[in-house]
Amino acid sequence: MNYSASEEEAGLPDKIALERDVAARLKGFDNHRRNLIPILQDIQDHFLYLAPEAILMVAEHIGIGASEVYGVATFYNQFRFHPPGRHPIKVCLGTACHVRGGDIILENFERKLGISDGETTTDREFSIERVACVGCCALAPVAVVDENIQGHMAPSKVEGIVLGYKIERDRIDRERENEPGEPA
Amino acid sequence: MVRLVVNDLEIEAEDGISVLEACLNNGIYIPNLCFINGMSSPPVSCRMCFVEIEGEARPVSSCAVKATDGMKVRTDTEQVRGLQRTAFQLLMSVHDVDCGRCPANKRCPLQRIAVFLKVPLRPGRLEKHLKNPDVDNVHPLIDYYPNRCMLCGKCIFVCREKHGQPRMTFAKRGFETVISFYGEKDLSGPACKECLACIDICPVRAIVTKDQAVE
Repeated sequence: MNYSASEEEAGLPDKIALERDVAARLKGFDNHRRNLIPILQDIQDHFLYLAPEAILMVAEHIGIGASEVYGVATFYNQFRFHPPGRHPIKVCLGTACHVRGGDIILENFERKLGISDGETTTDREFSIERVACVGCCALAPVAVVDENIQGHMAPSKVEGIVLGYKIERDRIDRERENEPGEPA
Repeated sequence: MVRLVVNDLEIEAEDGISVLEACLNNGIYIPNLCFINGMSSPPVSCRMCFVEIEGEARPVSSCAVKATDGMKVRTDTEQVRGLQRTAFQLLMSVHDVDCGRCPANKRCPLQRIAVFLKVPLRPGRLEKHLKNPDVDNVHPLIDYYPNRCMLCGKCIFVCREKHGQPRMTFAKRGFETVISFYGEKDLSGPACKECLACIDICPVRAIVTKDQAVE
């Protein structure tokens, strides 16, 4: 499936809206360096990630280089640089999950979806994030997909979860095709 | 001028310079990677330039201590060498030892330090952590090799000196730390093209011009 054309078309007004919104947010902060992290947090709270344009605007506002803003932001796990997917996947790498092979589960998701930790698939369906403990160590290794806890993860379950969403999506697509007149 | 005693040898040094600089100026070699002559506040990040100073309980980083009159310094004690060897092995555990194909071969400070400390370039006891991908070619003029880089920060320092505002920075954290030009505008413009100070300063040729990538 290729959404690139429609996404590009939708992308332009999005970008302008983003720039306008970020500019409005920046007005709430003076240009002191100590505001850098609060600004980034504010932007991420709203947009769920830090877009390159937003990073540039923050750099200009504070009067430092864009690379420096990026350097600070990448130091902290809380900031992300890709929009989250419709189905965010969080793989736990806390102590218990680590012991039970959480890194193998992460690798399985990464390979299955063709993206790395912190990235989003091009169709915006999935994103992968590593987290440290979701509070149910007895079920290790654990992944959280769409807020649903998936305990006792195994490579076969990774396949199953991704396949499940794909089937669901195909079903929705088919239903849409059967309802002409309804714009997508 | 101050007079201090290093390894039982009396040396003279200008007022206000560091013990490291004083020793280097007098031909006494102390392994170091992140220090540049004249730095007012050195990063003290490479953890190589340890010395013992009389009156100090533990070895100290010589780049961060000013040379003072009557100071007694030893650069070659067991404890100092132990710290330096460990620091060096840790650095090498994230370094791609591929000297044959590296443009820094034979003028590389890591090779010099390995010989000096009598430590092999491939320390076997530590796990190797290499970064992926092993080259970043986002910059229009420069290629960056994260697995050669030992994160001394000299490039960022000279870039800041030249441009007031560095056009590069440390990004990410821990084993993932890299030098990044992310988001900087006009990287192909004259500010970079006519400067390239980062390439000249890089001791390990982790930052090279695109045509210099393979020598």
